Amino acid sequence: MSRWDIKLSPYLYISPFFVLFAVFGAFPLLFNVVVAAHDWHRRAGMGDFVGLDNFTWVLRQPLFWRSLENTFSIFLWGGIPQLVLALFIAAVLDQNLRARTFWRMSVLLPFVVMPVATAMIFGQVFGQFGLLVPNLQEMGLLTHVDSPFFQDRLLSHVAIGSMVVFRWTGYNALILLAAMQAVPRELYEASTVDGASRVRQFFSVTLPSIRPTMIFVVLTMTIGGLQVFDEARMYDGGGTGGGHGGADHQWTTVVLYLYDLGFGDWQDRLGQAAAVGWIFAVVIGFFSLVNFLLTRSISSSRGPRVRISKKTTDAVIARARAAAEESRRQAAATAEPPTATSGADDDAGAAGVPRADVTKEGARR
Amino acid sequence: MSTGFIENTAGAGAARYARKRAAQGRPVRSHNPSTRRPGWVTYVVLAVVVAVSIFPLYASAMYGSSTTQEISRSVGTLPRFFPTLTLLENFGEVFSASQFSFWMAFLNSLLVAVVVSASTVFFSTLAGFAFSKLTFRGRQALYLTVIATLAIPAQIGTIPMFVMMNDFGWIDSLLALTVPTLVGAFGVFWMTQYLQEALPFELVEAARVDGASLFRTFWSIAMPAARPAAATLALFTFVGSWNSFFWPAVVMRSQLTMPLVIPQLQGAFTSDTGLVMSGVFLVAAPLLVVFVLAGKQLVTGVMAGAVKG
Repeated sequence: MSRWDIKLSPYLYISPFFVLFAVFGAFPLLFNVVVAAHDWHRRAGMGDFVGLDNFTWVLRQPLFWRSLENTFSIFLWGGIPQLVLALFIAAVLDQNLRARTFWRMSVLLPFVVMPVATAMIFGQVFGQFGLLVPNLQEMGLLTHVDSPFFQDRLLSHVAIGSMVVFRWTGYNALILLAAMQAVPRELYEASTVDGASRVRQFFSVTLPSIRPTMIFVVLTMTIGGLQVFDEARMYDGGGTGGGHGGADHQWTTVVLYLYDLGFGDWQDRLGQAAAVGWIFAVVIGFFSLVNFLLTRSISSSRGPRVRISKKTTDAVIARARAAAEESRRQAAATAEPPTATSGADDDAGAAGVPRADVTKEGARR
Repeated sequence: MSTGFIENTAGAGAARYARKRAAQGRPVRSHNPSTRRPGWVTYVVLAVVVAVSIFPLYASAMYGSSTTQEISRSVGTLPRFFPTLTLLENFGEVFSASQFSFWMAFLNSLLVAVVVSASTVFFSTLAGFAFSKLTFRGRQALYLTVIATLAIPAQIGTIPMFVMMNDFGWIDSLLALTVPTLVGAFGVFWMTQYLQEALPFELVEAARVDGASLFRTFWSIAMPAARPAAATLALFTFVGSWNSFFWPAVVMRSQLTMPLVIPQLQGAFTSDTGLVMSGVFLVAAPLLVVFVLAGKQLVTGVMAGAVKG
């Protein structure tokens, strides 16, 4: 084998990724600054240099702020139920089930259903003649003639949030399930012996143990959940006049707004759209950080936890030994002078139990 | 087991509760998830979850099996509960629609997904082999760079990428969907992690001693060792590519992929909900087949830490 093979081949092997990233990852990132600082159109290309005008233009658009509100609202309606349900489903799956693979697979099915297809179907279900609205009207819960899931801003967010929940809950449940299965089973045995109920075990054993995975799930959920596009675009079918987030932009998300600015029917504002991209990237970064800190503090256990180190373990063992020694001495002092071997046996037994207990604990940790 | 142990492992709250239960002398049912057989309530809960999972595709097939009259009569419920031959007739109309070519879109999607999956697997394994088993200057720093790029949000690049595609003349071309995604940071990360564990150094050394070139070593030692992880990566890349809508909607015009057929349906079959829904079902169905064949592998992949494609 030649020298250059050893020296150069490794770089050759990793180069496809780096070349591709340089051209389609890093360069667009820098180029975006240029586009955002110019008047730019699809056909005509680069126009005049405008500095920060595109940014101030975007920040003055009421629709930009409305889309930002919509995005966060949809994120919450899609995120919180998703997290709760995923935890619940993972806990249900974390049992000695029959036909385990079948249940896991069916939970993951929504992950492969095309989101735009889901949006069309949910749009039908939430529609005026769908499954929900007529029944709610019958029950007297709704007085609208049209479907409020399209007319009402909040309810349209609930509907789109439900699509997000549908798509990602099972996927996250499996990730959480994998983490739950790594929790040492002795913890459950131990807390059962001490009388903790299953619900209590979930909150006090399972939840603190899967903290790193929870953080991971919440972070990916934040980055993905803020970029909702497919569901919002196709919720009203995207046909003539549709696909823009409703008549009053009830459910226009930021990415949908960016898309419409750049490629919408009447607009052709690539410069402004690039500015939206920048602003939104900052928002996502900031929000991911906030969520990271929040998750970290929420999913840690409430009470002060005893740090387990060799030092504490040794101290516990030493204390137990001393106590055992003490009780033996007391027993020896109060008891009649030993006349038979049985007395000595009792002593050894009394002293032996706590010691064995302590060492076992030490080993488990 | 002492409450002190619980306090250390599960927190003070659990210990307090455990003490209370113990004082009341109430027996507790054992919950060791690895041995205890769950009761029927668990299966009822799971059955509900399964029903929800299947519902959208099922509903689209049921709407697709119905005529417009049947759908307008069935307000507040599904028009039917078993599919009929109408579904096949509707499929026929979708296939022969003049506004778009379903099969062209199908082939485009298939081509893009296959090419992207194959190249992602090949280049990721190649890079993973280098990062996990070869020594070279700057390896650590370069690997950290790969991981760091995972955190960059995709939106920020949309507009400049569009401008670039315009300059390349790749608008409305499958190249725009394929070339930028030939290999990604996640794949490299995934294969590196896997090969680190799965491929023993001794094997690589043995091949080198025998005089095999590095590429030969990669091809006949690393590639076979990487097969399970490679299959999972290919599967996730395929699903991600097949379902992706945003980027194709930006760069494609007349050439369609499967997700782009869906906005066309509404225009083609304006008020015929049954026809539109049968089209929706057709577009979503191919991955259903993939799922039936390889769903088990997807489950293993997600549980081993695969991230969305």
